[in-house]
Amino acid sequence: MVNQLEIRNLHARIVDGETILNGVNLIVPKGQIHAIMGPNGAGKSTLGKIIAGDPSYEITKGDILMDGESILEMEADERARKGLFLAFQYPVEVPGVSNANFLRLALQAKQGGEVNMMEFYGKLQKALKTLEWDESILTRYLNDGFSGGEKKRNEIMHMMVLEPTYAIMDETDSGLDIDALKVVAKGVNAMRGPNFGALLITHYQRLLNYIVPDAVHVMIDGRIVTSGGPELALRLEEQGYDWVKELAATAS
Amino acid sequence: MSENILVEDIGNEYKYGFVDEVQPVWKAEKGLSRRVVEAISYHKDEPAWMLQFRLKALEIYQSKPVPTWGADLSGLNMDEIYFYAKPTEKRDARSWDEVPEEIRRTYEKLGIPEAERKVLAGVGAQYDSEMVYHQVREELQRLGVIFVSIEEGLKHHEDLFREYFATVIPPEDNKYAALNSAVWSGGSFVYVPKGVKVELPLQAYFRVNTAELGQFERTIIVVDEGAEVHYIEGCTAPTYTTDSFHSGVIEIVVNQGAKSRYTTIQNWSHNMYNLVTQRALVKKDAYHMWLDGNLGSKVTMKYPSSYLVEEGARSDILSIAFANTGQHQDAGGKLIFAASHTGGSIVSKSISKGAGRSSYRGLIKVYEGAKHVKVNVECDALLINEESRTDTYPYMEIEDDTATVGHEATVSRLNDEQIFYLQSRGLPEDEAAALIVRGFIEPVAKELPLEYAVELNRLIELEMEGSVG
Repeated sequence: MVNQLEIRNLHARIVDGETILNGVNLIVPKGQIHAIMGPNGAGKSTLGKIIAGDPSYEITKGDILMDGESILEMEADERARKGLFLAFQYPVEVPGVSNANFLRLALQAKQGGEVNMMEFYGKLQKALKTLEWDESILTRYLNDGFSGGEKKRNEIMHMMVLEPTYAIMDETDSGLDIDALKVVAKGVNAMRGPNFGALLITHYQRLLNYIVPDAVHVMIDGRIVTSGGPELALRLEEQGYDWVKELAATAS
Repeated sequence: MSENILVEDIGNEYKYGFVDEVQPVWKAEKGLSRRVVEAISYHKDEPAWMLQFRLKALEIYQSKPVPTWGADLSGLNMDEIYFYAKPTEKRDARSWDEVPEEIRRTYEKLGIPEAERKVLAGVGAQYDSEMVYHQVREELQRLGVIFVSIEEGLKHHEDLFREYFATVIPPEDNKYAALNSAVWSGGSFVYVPKGVKVELPLQAYFRVNTAELGQFERTIIVVDEGAEVHYIEGCTAPTYTTDSFHSGVIEIVVNQGAKSRYTTIQNWSHNMYNLVTQRALVKKDAYHMWLDGNLGSKVTMKYPSSYLVEEGARSDILSIAFANTGQHQDAGGKLIFAASHTGGSIVSKSISKGAGRSSYRGLIKVYEGAKHVKVNVECDALLINEESRTDTYPYMEIEDDTATVGHEATVSRLNDEQIFYLQSRGLPEDEAAALIVRGFIEPVAKELPLEYAVELNRLIELEMEGSVG
């Protein structure tokens, strides 16, 4: 079995609309954390949503493989139960549904049976402690009235409790102050290990000071145009994206 | 995602639609007439004044036009309705063993005797036109709590009965209150003496078995000074191709400092016209809550009302309506403020699915001279599919400018982003949709006793199956 999340020559568009991805190739091996950077409108967030199975996009070509198995035909929930997780850029408010109750239902769906309450409570406690967070967040309605920072932190808490094999974090750093950023990074780093792979989508190098990636990829106009180590993020921070855009233009 | 799906008829999921092999021991001829009214009164062996009352109400009924301001009632044909069906000779059995076996089995299927043992203070069970069972825990009987059928109330507590009967809702109130006054049969008579707090709920369960039957229960609840009670009403019926009719009148008097709550979980089959008048008179420093859940029926018109007639009286009306294809839930509430320093709220949550239609219809009236009234209205509608429909008819008549009145209304659609978000955490689409709906009604559902909240959630999950996709 191949232990990796593979995006193979992926072309996609909004259902009956604009093309967003133009042949993305990307491999995230299990045990590694990769970052995707790129200017606004490059297609980074779209890539994240497509991997997670957002039905508002259609794939016109290519494949997505999780540990060697194509997940294209699977609904979003099936992918999640297989071990995929998307931390949303804009987590959605669901009034009337308590955070903890929802997490229990999600865990139950993933495990395919009743959740052991002691075990569940233990996971929650551990996640809250790492994220330096108060229990009161559990009884609040899911994202309802949460501040931007609380929503992002809550996504990481969900990830820690659901323990996915592959996680995509879509601009989890945006809108966080430096203290919150450190806490969130602590959560992600706590997940690090041989059975966890992640793809961080970010605009800024700042996050990567706290979550040091194994590789950095740069996306422009719906494709990966260059890849490298953490130093690539530093260069982007200093020089901007113009040089990569030129690179992209020469390549096509 | 949710746009193009027309759900054929989820009503097939209705699990209470079974028919019992029970033949009434006596049934009135079809249609409404003076003769039918006289026959009902005769079968009940009533005092003469009641027959006179019924006959006068019949005249009032006949003089009033069918209302056209609400749901479509043109399909309701009174000539095709039986107005009375007596299920058994014995009324108000005190033990389930005395209830005819076929009928008892139905209530067992509905889980009533079990609930009675576990979580209720008393149970009344109406089958077609009569209360076949009525029992209240002995310790409450010793404290003077009366919980009997309305007929037994008239027979054994006539003075008390006459003091309240038709005082909160006179026959002149509306066409269907007049009809009920003419042909009423069944319902409960409840009296909670001063200072007695009934901790567990009393429940009445209404079952219509005979096809094309009209059920006209009449309930009186008197909560005396400082007393407390919670009365729950549940209703189901078999699914027939012909229509049935339910038109109840519920009168409640909440005396000084008393607290009462009336909960309805109406889950009639989808061939039922359900036109109910229910009203509470709330006295000094007393409190009344209506919790009104309308899930079943073909057409419901129902606006629980509280009249706050003395200082310090308060009332909240919480309403949930679920309208599927072929259903119109025209529900809401009325708060009438006739005294100073009174207050209350209406919170209405409606869900329309398929081609279902739900309407919020509410009235807030503050009389001149009623000072410093505080009232808040919140009505939220959730639409599941493109062809689902909702309407809002909020009426406000504020005659005193010291009143503080808040009103908020929202309409939202089942949101694809919410569904994708929940799905991306592992919940299948149907479950995600049901969870969003449950969250939507949570502010009202959390007021339900646990067993009923669980049942409500289960019903919603059933109703939401295959709703999106």
